[in-house]
Amino acid sequence: MTDTTNSAEAPAMLGARGYPAALEWVARRAEAFVIPLAALVVGMVLFSLFIALVGKSPVQLYETMWRGGFGSWFSIQNSLSRGAPLLLAALCVALPARLGLVVIGGEGAIVLGGVAAAAIGVALGGAPSSIVILAMGVAGMAAGGIWIGAVGALRHYRAVNETISSLLMAYIAIALMNQLVEGPLRDPASLNKPSTQPLADIYRIGNIPGMEVHWGLAVGIVACVLSWVLIEKTRWGFAARIAGGNVRAAQVQGLAVGPLIVGFTALAGGFAGLAGMLEVAAVQGSANGSLAAGYGYTGILVAFLARHNPLAIIPVAILLGGIDASGGLIQRRMDLPDATVLVLQGMLFIVILFSETLYGRFKAFNPDLWQRAS
Amino acid sequence: MDATEIGLWGVPLAILGGAIRVSTPFIFVSLGEAITERSGRINLGLEGTLVFGAMTAYAVAVMTDSPWLGLLAAAVAGLCFGLFHGWICKFPKVNDIAIGIALMLFGSGLAFFFGKPFIKPKAPNLPAIPFGAWSDVPQVQAALDVNVLFLIGAALSLVLWWAFRNTRAGLIVRVVGDSSDAARAMGLNPNTVRLVATGVGGALAGIGGAYLSLYYPGSWTERISSGQGLMAVALVIFARWNPLGCFAAALLFGGAGALGPALQSVGVTQGYYLFYAAPYILTLIIMIATSSPTRSLAGAPGELSITK
Repeated sequence: MTDTTNSAEAPAMLGARGYPAALEWVARRAEAFVIPLAALVVGMVLFSLFIALVGKSPVQLYETMWRGGFGSWFSIQNSLSRGAPLLLAALCVALPARLGLVVIGGEGAIVLGGVAAAAIGVALGGAPSSIVILAMGVAGMAAGGIWIGAVGALRHYRAVNETISSLLMAYIAIALMNQLVEGPLRDPASLNKPSTQPLADIYRIGNIPGMEVHWGLAVGIVACVLSWVLIEKTRWGFAARIAGGNVRAAQVQGLAVGPLIVGFTALAGGFAGLAGMLEVAAVQGSANGSLAAGYGYTGILVAFLARHNPLAIIPVAILLGGIDASGGLIQRRMDLPDATVLVLQGMLFIVILFSETLYGRFKAFNPDLWQRAS
Repeated sequence: MDATEIGLWGVPLAILGGAIRVSTPFIFVSLGEAITERSGRINLGLEGTLVFGAMTAYAVAVMTDSPWLGLLAAAVAGLCFGLFHGWICKFPKVNDIAIGIALMLFGSGLAFFFGKPFIKPKAPNLPAIPFGAWSDVPQVQAALDVNVLFLIGAALSLVLWWAFRNTRAGLIVRVVGDSSDAARAMGLNPNTVRLVATGVGGALAGIGGAYLSLYYPGSWTERISSGQGLMAVALVIFARWNPLGCFAAALLFGGAGALGPALQSVGVTQGYYLFYAAPYILTLIIMIATSSPTRSLAGAPGELSITK
């Protein structure tokens, strides 16, 4: 976004075209808020039509969704808990996207991060809890980082399309988890749901004081803020944004595009792996098939809705966590299938992508095109 | 030797039979994707189309008691998904890959939504031709029970291969895929051609889905596809956008997909999940082996975003 006004310091001054500079300042920034919000509203209206077509009441649906997601302190905590892994899963899409890569296999990094963390947590049994939890975090990040970092390396050094390879790697990761959890890492006591051995209670991550929400939420928010700083305020982030805009230009400038791509994808995978570790340490207590719960796929939607801005990911992840959380209530109260939430997500996704075509089309958001005030 | 005891020979035989059985949806999806990509667009949403096609075919077959009506319904549903993708991608700044991902989620979501009541009932299957009737060995008979859709797919790949080279429509699709500017100079509207190409591609993917639910595995479940539509997209790149190559690659993938069940049938249960992942691993290896950072892929349509 080009910003030529310096009106932040002197909002009362008039801009070049005779309008208050503050108005221009607001107009330039309004586009990034108005278009996604409008798209969100249009998506929800389309979904209302869908619900009306299948013979249910859209009003009741949104009322139920509100109650299930945000209507009470209980449901808000539920939404926050579901939003926590989405924060990290969305970063797995958003960071590579700033380099122009579409990575959609975060699910694989989540699964492997969870398995690695569970294996370390069991292997180090007996050590002090702070060391073990730290080691589990590192193991989860390493497993996820290697998995998605490999996708980035294949992209840069072998020109393998990252969208397809990351999704293939996700399927391979899930197969690997099943193999490990049914084989070498299996807890013999887990009969009908194969799992790794349960973590000792002292190695479990608890709740944020005063809430029924585990610490993963705080970790996710910190990761989002750090990612924003990395992209917007450091020279690596600056180089990544150049490479994302034009790889050739970045190479001509002498930027090390290869290490940049591998580094960003590895960090992205590391965050997803951390999400897997948190699922194991804070929610499941062991690694099992529940790790592949679809957070990686919802994370894609979160990142696109947030237009790959790490700070915008925070509210969007909580919103989608709320929609997710209300799925059960919708199913019970309205007798709709659990896939209702998936349909809504798909519709929102399509409308949001479609809204990309609207950027730059409205004069109201571009003071350069305004007529001079008389 | 007892005719039913063919021991380890059962493995290659089961893989052959499996290759024919498993490859059919790959053939249809990859041929559809080849048409779409030749016109210069990529539709990753075929995974969702495949799942939705499978559900539609099954539901219609259950309700009308006719697998052929189910097949038709799946093709029409696929056509709608394809046309939607083709239409929405004509707008500037709308990314065809991202729309594909969205349609993947949306198609699966819709299929799960409407497919819930059809998980239980039994639908009539598409017919197969028993080419193995001459043999007394049940494994041979099972391996050579070839579904009509496989034969149609084989014929279709031949026809498409010929049509891309020799027909007006084939040339139009190729010109649009190689250069929008050249196409416009010839008085063609690239968006219209791509709309039709994506629509046809979607219809073929829908037929692939119908095969899944109406023949093999032959029932509707939510895990019916698990990435086959996406592998078919990768397979098109490997096949260099050549319909005959798509057919051969689909057979190869079918064989890889049949590896796990074939080994399990002779009692090899170690590493079952890893054998199950064989098609994914094979796709990845092939993509690594055939991509290159220094030269563009031979035969790649010039307008295709995935190879730029």
